[in-house]
Amino acid sequence: MVEKRGIGMIMMHLVLIAGIAVVCFPIYMTFVGSTLTHLEIIRPPMPLLPGPHFIDNYAQALASGVNAPVGRMLFNSFVMAMGIAVGKIVISILSAYAIVYFRFPFRMLAFWAIFVTLMLPVEVRIVPTYEVAASLNLLNSYTGLILPLIASATATFLFRQFFLTVPDELLEAARVDGAGPVRFFKDILLPLSVTNIAALFVILFIYGWNQFLWPLLITTKPEMNTIVMGLKQMMPTADDYGNWPVTMAAAMLAILPPVAVVIFMQRLFVKGLVETEK
Amino acid sequence: MEKRVTFDNRLLPYLLLLPQLLVTIVFFFWPAGQALYQSLLLPDPFGLGAQFVWFSNFEYLAGDRYYLQSFVTTAVFTFFVTLVSMSAALLLAAMADQVIKGAGTYKTLLIWPYAVAPAVAGVMWLFMFQPSIGVLAFYMKAAGFNWNPILNSTHAMTLVIAAAAWKQISYNFLFFLAGMQAIPRSLIEAAAIDGAGKWHRFRTIIFPLLSPTTFFLLVVNIVYAFFETFGIIHTMTSGGPGQSTNILVYKVFSDGFVGQDLGSSAAQSVILMVVVGLLTFIQFRYIERRVHY
Repeated sequence: MVEKRGIGMIMMHLVLIAGIAVVCFPIYMTFVGSTLTHLEIIRPPMPLLPGPHFIDNYAQALASGVNAPVGRMLFNSFVMAMGIAVGKIVISILSAYAIVYFRFPFRMLAFWAIFVTLMLPVEVRIVPTYEVAASLNLLNSYTGLILPLIASATATFLFRQFFLTVPDELLEAARVDGAGPVRFFKDILLPLSVTNIAALFVILFIYGWNQFLWPLLITTKPEMNTIVMGLKQMMPTADDYGNWPVTMAAAMLAILPPVAVVIFMQRLFVKGLVETEK
Repeated sequence: MEKRVTFDNRLLPYLLLLPQLLVTIVFFFWPAGQALYQSLLLPDPFGLGAQFVWFSNFEYLAGDRYYLQSFVTTAVFTFFVTLVSMSAALLLAAMADQVIKGAGTYKTLLIWPYAVAPAVAGVMWLFMFQPSIGVLAFYMKAAGFNWNPILNSTHAMTLVIAAAAWKQISYNFLFFLAGMQAIPRSLIEAAAIDGAGKWHRFRTIIFPLLSPTTFFLLVVNIVYAFFETFGIIHTMTSGGPGQSTNILVYKVFSDGFVGQDLGSSAAQSVILMVVVGLLTFIQFRYIERRVHY
């Protein structure tokens, strides 16, 4: 490295600290808001330092919330995020295995059929997708929350790219030893893919947890709401005083699981993020 | 690239593909086909039947002042979100690339907001800037600035841009930093020996070598601003005041579910599908090229 010390270095640290302050400020204010009383917030300016009502607000949020208990919504979000992450990984790894390790009629057609799904986020085709889900009786169910979102070209692509880098000699050796396709997949390919699966899981878990529009449409009963969409319903509006501290406590709880995943699995997270975007 | 050695099993590959193809057909091709078909229909006011009207939904949109305005709104929104979040991230990445002490801590503190959902980001920003209770709104008003995003469209637009750009900084930062760390140190050291200062080195070496990353992020940010900011708009402004923050993807939802204008909503879906298709195509063309770098 060049220029290791001096005024320039101090300036850089200052810029970074200022950047972090700006980036973290909204989350800090949300945390402060979750430790105050409703009155302290609706009579501005609210204090800039945390108050003493942390336990009260979080307990109230978890147990009763504003219109539905946040505990229940967190559970729904968890089921949805896990379902989407696991579902996507399972169906993608299977189809990538078929596309890479077999030769069969319509192979390229299947590949392209999966590939074009990359081009259509659910937001774009939202009305007809909702109609399909409704006609299949999937409203207000975990299946309805999970199933329509697990078709994914990205994960299939990632596994395909990875399988192509696995040396052919492994397959030859396995065949000489008498291993069939199922055995090769289970005993050789799957163990080799563990890091990729973990990295993908981290990204897909955050993706599933943060879904907003789809749960908003597919769930009408409060007990099926997920936390990210339920938060919007909790927000005080002009004709509803609501409860700001409890809403802010819910916001903190809503970001806690994905933030924990990013911080504690940072290496896998970065790997997953970089690879899914290739 | 293809495998030399494969299995020659007849039935198994189809069984392996079945789950993914089934989900794709039911929740992707069927709805996309429905959207295409509905975009050519005009439902009667009672929702009892529909008339086949060819492309008149599209013709109507082409002359619809609100729809054209929504295009402009989306363009403005996308431009500023991309500009603000990419320049902030580039600045922070350039600094984080140089520091040695505390580099890991800085990185962690800058990337964790990635995990915040757009809808939650909207709630957090509204909490600070809501004119009646927001703490920053209070200080802005105390300083004599008449801040009111509920009634003033410029203020509303600024607010959604700020929240959307904030949410994307972490992502851009991560990719810029990775791009900079991939630049060989020897190039930078050679330039330093030749007497190039920090800014000069950044402008003539780092930034040009970073161009693949920059271009990639440009496409990703445009896609993000177009499609993934739905939650921010819905929690903060619901497209208002008036139509001033009604971006295209929000209009598909509000016309389809709130306005119940299914033909128009489907036609808008089809137009957006074409836009995503184009963006994906550009992205892939670029990735093809990146292999040779």
